[in-house]
Amino acid sequence: MVTAEQVWDALSEVPDPEIPVISVVDLGVVRDVRVEGGRVHVEFTPTFLGCPALEVMRDQMEARIAQLGVEPEVEVVLDDSWSTDRITDEGREKLRAAGFSPPARRGAAAPTLVQLESNGFRCPYCGSRDTALENIFGPTPCRSLRYCRSCRQPFEQFKTI
Amino acid sequence: MVSPMLRNVSEQGRAQLLLGIADDELILGWRDSEWTGVAPFLEEDVAFSSIAQNEIGHARALYELAARDLGTTADELAFDRRPAEYRCAQLVELRLPGWEHTIARHCLYEAADAERLARLIASDDPEVAGLAAKIDREEAYHRMHADMWFDRLSGEPRFQAALEELRPLATAIADPELRNGHTPDLAELLEVMTEVRRSQPPGTTW
Repeated sequence: MVTAEQVWDALSEVPDPEIPVISVVDLGVVRDVRVEGGRVHVEFTPTFLGCPALEVMRDQMEARIAQLGVEPEVEVVLDDSWSTDRITDEGREKLRAAGFSPPARRGAAAPTLVQLESNGFRCPYCGSRDTALENIFGPTPCRSLRYCRSCRQPFEQFKTI
Repeated sequence: MVSPMLRNVSEQGRAQLLLGIADDELILGWRDSEWTGVAPFLEEDVAFSSIAQNEIGHARALYELAARDLGTTADELAFDRRPAEYRCAQLVELRLPGWEHTIARHCLYEAADAERLARLIASDDPEVAGLAAKIDREEAYHRMHADMWFDRLSGEPRFQAALEELRPLATAIADPELRNGHTPDLAELLEVMTEVRRSQPPGTTW
């Protein structure tokens, strides 16, 4: 008999296909795990709706759960329950170590252009706050591009949503 | 609060409402993607490609919800209808001649879409409200991009002229009642958009 805890542990080994340093559990996209006899039901909340990694994540979660000898059932929940605030502290640290600046906390309010153009963003390489917005958009929907004036390094800043 | 857009709608009515929004996002996503590789500078190439990806992602989620109500699939709704069956507004269909028109449409669309999303978020249908709120988190970045360009171009007569030219078409974004027929640009776009899908033998599973 598989426990929910064992399923969570297994899912914590499923990497984000685009940024494999972070797992789906670190990302906070696994909302709930329920074990019902030989079946495991997982509620999965997508990050960005146009993210091509979502199908891969779902398939990998199903494959990993199947390895536990139970039948996986991953339900994609299209509601508003995921925000970048759901990324765990451990996940944020893994992102930073890999050269991605983790998202600013959203709190209650949506981000603004004034914030993006402010110096509230730290370079993941040298730690300087002397960084500038290069592009609101980046190589994937989840990231913006910034430039560090201190170490002269462009870097990818996770968007806050 | 019951949204005026959702009051007294049957399940069929909800699907038709969702289809109108999904069609807007799909078709505009296609038009935005036409700047990939040919935008005036590299950062806008990246920006419009990313915006296009978001819009098409929103369309897919909306089609999936509509498809459940209608007993079909998101792909069939997105690609297998005749041009006259699409419910998009004319503003998103147009193959626009230049950058000032593209930015004018972007500004007009994002403003109207924000109004539409705010109404959907306030609706008493939890599925529609939840999805609209999720979409709105991403659209916040499109609005920032549109605002940034509006400020940059607001003193340019060509931009002002483009805004005035397209403004009458923008009212139909937030009000589906004002949608009336399509431009020839839609049929042309659908021809390209569905070319690969139509080239496959019947019964192909994707």
